[in-house]
Amino acid sequence: MSIRLQNIAKHFGATQALEPINLDIQEGELVGLLGPSGSGKTTLLRIIAGLENADRTPTPGKILFGERDVTHVHVRDRRIGFVFQHYALFRHMSVYDNVAFGLTVMPRAQRPSAQDIRARVYRLLEMVKLEAFANRYPAQLSGGQQQRVSLARALAVEPDVLLLDEPFGALDAKVRQELRRWLRHLHEEFNFTSVFVTHDQEEALELSDRVVVMSNGRIEQIDTPETLYRAPKNRFVFEFLGDVNYLEGKVQNGTLTCGDAHVAVDLPDGDEELLLRPHEIRLAEQPSADSHLPVTITAISPVGAEVRVELEADWLAKPWLATVRHADFNRLAMKRGQRLYAHLRHWHRFKDADAVQDASLADVS
Amino acid sequence: MSHFVLRQSGSARVLPGFGLSMGISVLFISLVLLLPITGLFGQLAGLSFAEYWTIITEGRVVASYMVTIGAAAVAALINAVFGLLLAWVLVRYTFPGKRLLDALMDLPFALPTAVAGITLATLYSSNGWMGSWLEALDLPVAQTWVGIALAMAFTSIPFVVRTVQPVLEDMPVEVDEAAMSLGATDGVAFRRVIMPHLWPALVTGTGLAFVRSLGEFGAIIFIAGNMPYETEITALMIFIKLQEYDYVGASAIASVVLFVSLALLLAINIWQGRFVRRLHGGKA
Repeated sequence: MSIRLQNIAKHFGATQALEPINLDIQEGELVGLLGPSGSGKTTLLRIIAGLENADRTPTPGKILFGERDVTHVHVRDRRIGFVFQHYALFRHMSVYDNVAFGLTVMPRAQRPSAQDIRARVYRLLEMVKLEAFANRYPAQLSGGQQQRVSLARALAVEPDVLLLDEPFGALDAKVRQELRRWLRHLHEEFNFTSVFVTHDQEEALELSDRVVVMSNGRIEQIDTPETLYRAPKNRFVFEFLGDVNYLEGKVQNGTLTCGDAHVAVDLPDGDEELLLRPHEIRLAEQPSADSHLPVTITAISPVGAEVRVELEADWLAKPWLATVRHADFNRLAMKRGQRLYAHLRHWHRFKDADAVQDASLADVS
Repeated sequence: MSHFVLRQSGSARVLPGFGLSMGISVLFISLVLLLPITGLFGQLAGLSFAEYWTIITEGRVVASYMVTIGAAAVAALINAVFGLLLAWVLVRYTFPGKRLLDALMDLPFALPTAVAGITLATLYSSNGWMGSWLEALDLPVAQTWVGIALAMAFTSIPFVVRTVQPVLEDMPVEVDEAAMSLGATDGVAFRRVIMPHLWPALVTGTGLAFVRSLGEFGAIIFIAGNMPYETEITALMIFIKLQEYDYVGASAIASVVLFVSLALLLAINIWQGRFVRRLHGGKA
């Protein structure tokens, strides 16, 4: 079921939690609402669910599920499934009763027979790989298992849309990874429309078909993870989606100077700030004619596919973070305190709120 | 070496001070609780069982049991309903004066019960503020068991509110929301999701309120009218015996109240323990 939000705004007292928002979500899409805390993402999700009401004034908004106008429909009649960050399981009920709850509270006319309920609950428990735990109580399960129960419970009523509020936020990193992959799988298999909230960019980029980046109650950008990462619309999106290094200086005759460092850039004269991703910095033993950026290694973390290196210099206000391939790391025999020269593979510049300029420098290696 | 071993066995518990704090606790309980109770039973020692039975089954005394238990049951039920409502309002909503209402809940504990009794008696007497109204409606409160129940309800309402409140606070709103998102109506959500959580606390609170009402004296005697066989409570029977210097008789009746209260508290505790074990994942 597609979701269409038109002109949805929300005030809590005098503070504006959401500026008027329009958002279209296609049927079968998995959309992530991404933003820092206080960006209004949870409020938006709760408005979609019907757990919160959007402002009625000055111009009333509209929420459509497919062609059905649900703006004034109570949460219990919206046919949504909601998964809470802290599971919100019914602690006094067994896993089975938790999953069956939505079916057993249906009006008698619509309620499936006892055998049908049983069959459906066990099918769901099988899907979340918890059929052996049907008679346990929530307190006897791990966090990841509890969240799977809560997901099965939400899916039991065959909702039109599935809404998840920081579903993996309370779990540890390893379980989070696993559940994330598993949810993606489930989504591909059953193709329900789902919206989830997260403050973790990695999670949003990995899981979503499209990501809605929010800040201060506003939508900053809606795009596929790929586009979002490659072509961020503004500085906020760029900064929020990953680690950023800053290079501030004055440009004169095509050269940006900052203390005793300088680099050739194709920019008009004036004060500039360049933004760089960690992988856009290349380290070498020698400066080049275009680039003289002396740095000192202050910390090394060799965990993962790449080595993360922290760089400092007098001309830098904040240390840089660079990622280096293990091969280069070994070739240059990097160690703490070593002096090297940085070269820029690529940089970004956000002069005005929305103007974007990217530039690529020839990779001199 | 031996010193070392001694030290090790002494520090088997990580938290220090078990011996000292446990010792003081036991001493305190003995002095304040057990000693007086032992004294009470000491009084009964000179009594044969037949004599004991005669005292506690005397017609007027039995009538007082009926009045006391009946009124306490009604008061406890009223408190169960309204105490739950008050706790709900105090936890789930914010409104101006919430802190004041919260503080007001403890007033029956803080107020000397005799003060409460006099206040209620003047309010509900036939020429009192409320009493004259109720008299006109032919619903006399003062000098009836209704008045007794009212006084009991007044003194014991904090038990229900204060036991239910923390449990309710502990229950996240999301659980409500989850039930509603699954299609449950307010009534179903309340019955199947909220009440099962509150049951143990509500029963405990109601039980405590009931037990407290069984022994209440000061708040009741002014409003009860104290007519033999009609509106005499058991605590008053004990008082009357004491005034007649019949310490043994007083102790006998007191022991009945004590046994009933103890049995009730114990039953509640056992029942609640079972429920809590299930919540925390033990076998039901």
